Amino acid sequence: MDIVVCVKRVPLTEEVDLVIDAQKKGVKKDQLAFVLNDWDNYAIEEAILLKEKHGGTVTAITVGNEDDEEVLRRCLAMGADRAIRVEAGDMSRFDSFGIVKILSQVVKDLPYDLVFTGVLADDDSYGMVGMMMAEELNLNHSSMVTAIELEDGKVRTTSELEGGLGEVSVVDLPALITIQTGINEPRYVSILGIRKAAKKELKVMDLAELGVSDGELAPRAIIEEVYLPPETEGAQILTGDPDKIAGDLVEILTKKGVME
Amino acid sequence: MDFDLSKEQKDIVSAAREFAQGEFPDRAEEFDRDETFDETLHKKAAELGFVGTFIKDEYGGPGMGLLEYCLIFEEFSAVDPGIAVAILISSYGAEIVQEFGSEEQKRRYLPPLASGEAVTGSAFTEPDAGSDLASATTTTAVRENDVYVINGSKMFITNGDRADYLICFVQTDPDNPDRHRRHSMIMVETDRDGFEANHLTGKLGVRASDTAELSFSNVRVPCSNLVGDPGNGFAEAMYLFNLDRVVVAAQAVGTARGALEESIQHVKKRIAFNAPLASFQSIQFKIADMFTWIQAGRNLVYEAAWRIDQGTIDPKLIAAAKSFCGQMAVKCADMALQMHGGYGYLAEYKVQRLFRDAKITEIYEGTTEIEKIIMARNLLK
Ligand SMILES: Cc1cc2nc3c(=O)[nH]c(=O)nc-3n(C[C@H](O)[C@H](O)[C@H](O)COP(=O)(O)OP(=O)(O)OC[C@H]3O[C@@H](n4cnc5c(N)ncnc54)[C@H](O)[C@@H]3O)c2cc1C
Repeated sequence: MDIVVCVKRVPLTEEVDLVIDAQKKGVKKDQLAFVLNDWDNYAIEEAILLKEKHGGTVTAITVGNEDDEEVLRRCLAMGADRAIRVEAGDMSRFDSFGIVKILSQVVKDLPYDLVFTGVLADDDSYGMVGMMMAEELNLNHSSMVTAIELEDGKVRTTSELEGGLGEVSVVDLPALITIQTGINEPRYVSILGIRKAAKKELKVMDLAELGVSDGELAPRAIIEEVYLPPETEGAQILTGDPDKIAGDLVEILTKKGVME
Repeated sequence: MDFDLSKEQKDIVSAAREFAQGEFPDRAEEFDRDETFDETLHKKAAELGFVGTFIKDEYGGPGMGLLEYCLIFEEFSAVDPGIAVAILISSYGAEIVQEFGSEEQKRRYLPPLASGEAVTGSAFTEPDAGSDLASATTTTAVRENDVYVINGSKMFITNGDRADYLICFVQTDPDNPDRHRRHSMIMVETDRDGFEANHLTGKLGVRASDTAELSFSNVRVPCSNLVGDPGNGFAEAMYLFNLDRVVVAAQAVGTARGALEESIQHVKKRIAFNAPLASFQSIQFKIADMFTWIQAGRNLVYEAAWRIDQGTIDPKLIAAAKSFCGQMAVKCADMALQMHGGYGYLAEYKVQRLFRDAKITEIYEGTTEIEKIIMARNLLK
């Protein structure tokens, strides 16, 4: 079972006051700490679990600069066998479509039975790369998957639907699966893992090597402006002792039809 | 000159931070309140390779440098100093075995520490001798054929009650004219007859860590438990202190960093006089000072550890790191609590714990005063 996992390094934005950059095209990232996208952490763990059970290889891929190698080293330390980084220069010139083109170009020449991506990335939350890549590579797919079982030449996946519904699908291999958080419990990185990772292959490729031109990668979606949600009127601050506040709150919620 | 950590070191920092943030916060308050610890945490950390990182490959450890040890200690301490000590100091003193022990001793004592199956500690301090270690005369070992018979007591011994074996500083040659040649280091398994440990309660801080008083009553150990040469105990103690003083300094940096992180979060949220505390200059200055001192302390730790890893032991640099970082942590924890106001005085706020935890870094492995004496002695000679 050969599994390719596409991963991304994202800024930690919890409990941070985000600041819009001067061009109003994104947020300032220079003061932010970066980590492996949470969904991708589950995806790499799932791939390693499958490998540990059924044998095979796990390859982690990212498109990004040298700093982004940090997340590939993490994947290697967790147990991936090799990693590939595509050096694509200024990343701000790509939308999801461009990223999909690049990733697909790498993946198509690798041996694989399964391709995993996270359902979405923590930073821009588009959730497009997985599904677009399945199309680009002409692969069967299953999305928002919370359980995977291998069967002969197939995978049985469980997906989470709106309202708590579950859906079980059987998908022929090769296939692309987008992994939902909670599918497993990602392991911690160990010192031994870090040591081993240093000896594993981390290959760097550039766009010329992949044979994709900037023209093909031109964005389909262009960001006009990024802004913080305007402060709205209408917040009502309840005051008084806790009993009074609770009473007032119940009254308001009942009036608005939220509570009966 | 390069101020960047290597990639491997950065990955170690991330791994240690993630483990500490994932495992410690849920337990820290409980361990502190009840003065307990859960050994499964120690085991988990050991399985991930965070324990006994200095233990060489051939004895089951990763054989990393002091700097890596310090990096892990800072990360663990920034989340909870008590748990950091309980986990990481579980191999305290194994440095002596690795440097001075026989091959047989290294094979016996080191691998179980790296794997987390055993806990050790080092017993120097006595009820009547702390800073002035050479004056320790309460605990003696007398040779009878091929055993040592140990009698006496030790005080404030970390892991005294939980350890499987303790390396003990005992007087073996009371008549030697050189007071620094009167002691030896002897390994004592804690299940030997006549050995007793009494877990001390009511500590101010690092309450997840076991501290005990020990008593030895005709404890018989084979002479093969002598670690290093007879009479070499004081030199072996100094060898250990030179390493672990830097580690305690890293603990102090972590504690101070935890205090800064708590403060930044708090002052941005807390409103007074219609504005966040963070908007007041006296608060801003505290935050700026804390950042500066922590950075200065960390640089001292890094340099001292790095030089030791390069083979240079500079006692005055080590003492500077230990004394500066200890005082700095106490000051930072104090400022952090002050910025939290009444909330900081409550047990459920982490700053309260950090305030209490910080102080130990000025006491063990050589008090602030002793470190200053070491520096002055070197500078004025
Ligand atoms: C939680 C905890 C864990 C510990 N763990 C261990 C352990 O694992 N193993 C171990 O052996 N010990 C351990 N200790 C003991 C610790 O190392 C000693 O407490 C420390 O060395 C100070 O010794 P003392 O307590 O006897 O104080 P003293 O030596 O009595 O010192 C009291 C005060 O006088 C000052 N002082 C002493 N001499 C001078 C001087 N010449 N000039 C100026 N000032 C001076 C000191 O700085 C200090 O402020 C631990 C202590 C604690 C609290």
